[in-house]
Amino acid sequence: MTSLLAVPAAPGFADPVGDAQRAFRGLLDAIAHPGRIVSLDARVAAPAPLVPAAAAALLTLVDFETPLWLDAAAAAGDAPAWLRFHCGAPIVADPSPARFALVSDAAAMPRLDAFAPGEDAFPDRSATIIVQVGDLHAGDGWRLAGPGIETTCRLAVDGLPDWFADALRANRALYPCGVDLFLAAGDRIAALPRTTLVEG
Amino acid sequence: MDGYNFAYLDEQTKRMIRRALLKAVAIPGYQVPFASREMPLPYGWGTGGIQVTASIIGADDVLKVIDQGADDTTNAVSIRRFFARTAGVRTTERTAEATIVQTRHRIPEAPLRDDQIIVYQVPMPEPLRWLEARETETRKMHALAEYGVMHVKLYEDVARHGRIATAYDYPVMVSGRYLMRPSPIPKFDNPKMDRSPMLQLFGAGREKRIYAVPPYTTVRSLDFEDHPFDIQRWDQRCALCDAGDSFLDEVIVDDRGGRIFVCSDSD
Amino acid sequence: MYVAVKGGEAAIANSEMLLAETRRGDPALPEIGTAQIASQLSLAVDRVMTEGSLYDRELAALAIKQAQGDLLEAVFLLRAFRTTLPRFGASEPIDTARMVVRRRISATFKDVPGGQILGPSYDYTHRLLDFSLLATGGAPADAPRAPVDPGPMPHVLALLDREGLIEPERDSDAGAPVPDVTRDPTTFPTDRATRLQALARGDEGFLLALGYSVQRGYGRNHPFAGEIRLGEVEIEFTPEELGFPVTIGAATVTECEMVNQFKGSAKEPPQFTRGYGLAFGHSERKTMSMALVDRALRARELGEDVEAPAQDEEFVLYHADNVEASGFVQHLKLPHYVDFQSELVMIRGMRAAAAAGAPTAEPPLRVAVGED
Repeated sequence: MTSLLAVPAAPGFADPVGDAQRAFRGLLDAIAHPGRIVSLDARVAAPAPLVPAAAAALLTLVDFETPLWLDAAAAAGDAPAWLRFHCGAPIVADPSPARFALVSDAAAMPRLDAFAPGEDAFPDRSATIIVQVGDLHAGDGWRLAGPGIETTCRLAVDGLPDWFADALRANRALYPCGVDLFLAAGDRIAALPRTTLVEG
Repeated sequence: MDGYNFAYLDEQTKRMIRRALLKAVAIPGYQVPFASREMPLPYGWGTGGIQVTASIIGADDVLKVIDQGADDTTNAVSIRRFFARTAGVRTTERTAEATIVQTRHRIPEAPLRDDQIIVYQVPMPEPLRWLEARETETRKMHALAEYGVMHVKLYEDVARHGRIATAYDYPVMVSGRYLMRPSPIPKFDNPKMDRSPMLQLFGAGREKRIYAVPPYTTVRSLDFEDHPFDIQRWDQRCALCDAGDSFLDEVIVDDRGGRIFVCSDSD
Repeated sequence: MYVAVKGGEAAIANSEMLLAETRRGDPALPEIGTAQIASQLSLAVDRVMTEGSLYDRELAALAIKQAQGDLLEAVFLLRAFRTTLPRFGASEPIDTARMVVRRRISATFKDVPGGQILGPSYDYTHRLLDFSLLATGGAPADAPRAPVDPGPMPHVLALLDREGLIEPERDSDAGAPVPDVTRDPTTFPTDRATRLQALARGDEGFLLALGYSVQRGYGRNHPFAGEIRLGEVEIEFTPEELGFPVTIGAATVTECEMVNQFKGSAKEPPQFTRGYGLAFGHSERKTMSMALVDRALRARELGEDVEAPAQDEEFVLYHADNVEASGFVQHLKLPHYVDFQSELVMIRGMRAAAAAGAPTAEPPLRVAVGED
């Protein structure tokens, strides 16, 4: 059992200031261009099951002010101790108060409406969900449109449950409320903010 | 600079601002409340823009800072010097070379690209504030997309003056949902915001709000079908570079009313 | 001539050098030291610490020296330093009943347990310029001091509380996290803890004017100065790893408890209500103004009509901070010639249209806003 005060074996960012800045610019680029696959070039060796892009996103964005929800697979291993040590985030068992959520096993993930969609007056008080997926390819798959996309773009994602596209459309219908998603594969990431229209 | 973090802000503050920025981009035109910090520069002098820039800037960035379109106005010099001191980044006066442009009151004449970010300094982020002073009320109006008071104000302008009597900080609708203040840029610059490839970030430090317009997002200047939005035009050309399509500053050259017109964008 | 309207790095550097010269004043005179400021301009230091939200006499004195005695500029300097300091946590609530009291007065009872202690005060000085202070080198005579009673000095309002005549102190949120208006954006409606924090940092002049407006009838709430006390309190902090409080220092504070009338409501019988003020150092005018405004801002909670400026929490909290206000008022010095040029073009156009006798245009036919 890992004590909270013990230093976990795995380090966080090698250069906490520079690496966080670079990872953030990748995340910003991704959410400003939904469907664009961005390499975070993350130099981070996080414990399983965290993939580098998801780990870098959490190190960059999460801290003691942001309740974090982990799915069962991520909550089981060394990841919680590593995240507590490097981010100081309170880890919550219930998804609804979480500001950030990490899904490492997409097939078993909860429906999107389990997470906070924000309020009409404060739609920013919504969850950001990082979903680890099998792979991301541009050029085929869903057709995406909306802010950040010049006309349309295509994004194919491996490893998501089959209800996912419908759930994205239901999420879009809540606008301006709704959750925002990052899909992570290896050290690459793509964003699906609530504004994105998904066809196919 | 010794004793301070890269780009002045501590990492916890940057994380908080970065989270606000991602939500701002996800909800175009919506004002995200953020825990604006007390900066070593005065409120009203660009503290919101500075906090946004400090949260996004990295060692590889090239920064351009303009005020009134010019790189050499005192406050632009002061802010550029702040980042040169605290972040050691390269600065430029050329729009095309910059990765980040921080601006007060202008959008550069040269169109920005997909890989460039513009950061606006915002004094008053709330487009409805002069029609309704209360934040609790304007927040409800945004929640309900209830923008009738603005329509009435513009209608009264047309009825009284024959035109919409707003020349700068001209209200816009972003992506068909949120009414937004573009910051006090002249309405001449409004069309540059519409479906632009650049990422547009807005920081209001004193009012503690961040908002954004993602690339390729519709930004419509409010108007009426029979009183369409139009921009300022000058009969004159720039006295220095002869440009005929730019925003011109009027410079009084003597005490007998003599004046010349020059480009506001010094690039 | 075009360059003349613009500044540059050299101009800013020159301006800062001129400022340093002006700050030093006549070099023939000895330079003022921060220890002198901290000791002899102590009320200025108290104000800067209070509104700067940082208890550090030396740094407040430095800020006053650096700002040439401009207290708002000094508050700004202290705040900009404070914002860079790491937070370790919140202290235990200070216990002002255990204050080592130097001054304590109540306007509600002729005598109270523990007594009235006038202490140092300008209250009964005749405001005659003391020309003897023009000369330096003299020392004041030793003031007689009554022996300090080391026992706790109960609050006057606690006596009213015992009879049930005043609303009880509500400490139901004693375990709640301490809000921090410097770390969280304020959203409305606010709770009292957030308001008191904002008022403690608020500009003394602004709160003074608002408190005065309450007395003159703009949201009148019939105040009495229940008690004002000045003295030293211990600051305790509970480190995570220890789990019990340890004393980390002491601070001088002024506390004001106002007693206000309340005519009662459907749920509550008529009773007195409270307004509270607390500030670093010796800051009576500030704490009294704060207590008046605190009580006025409780109008909604107490079921009173919100009609006057002092009762309007958005109005008060958005405008109480002098660093925000000073920055925004003074930003008008920045160039605005692009905006102004836009207005010039518009006004000239409108005047030309008026001179040409153009009829006012037809009102618009159809609103096209909000469509894409």
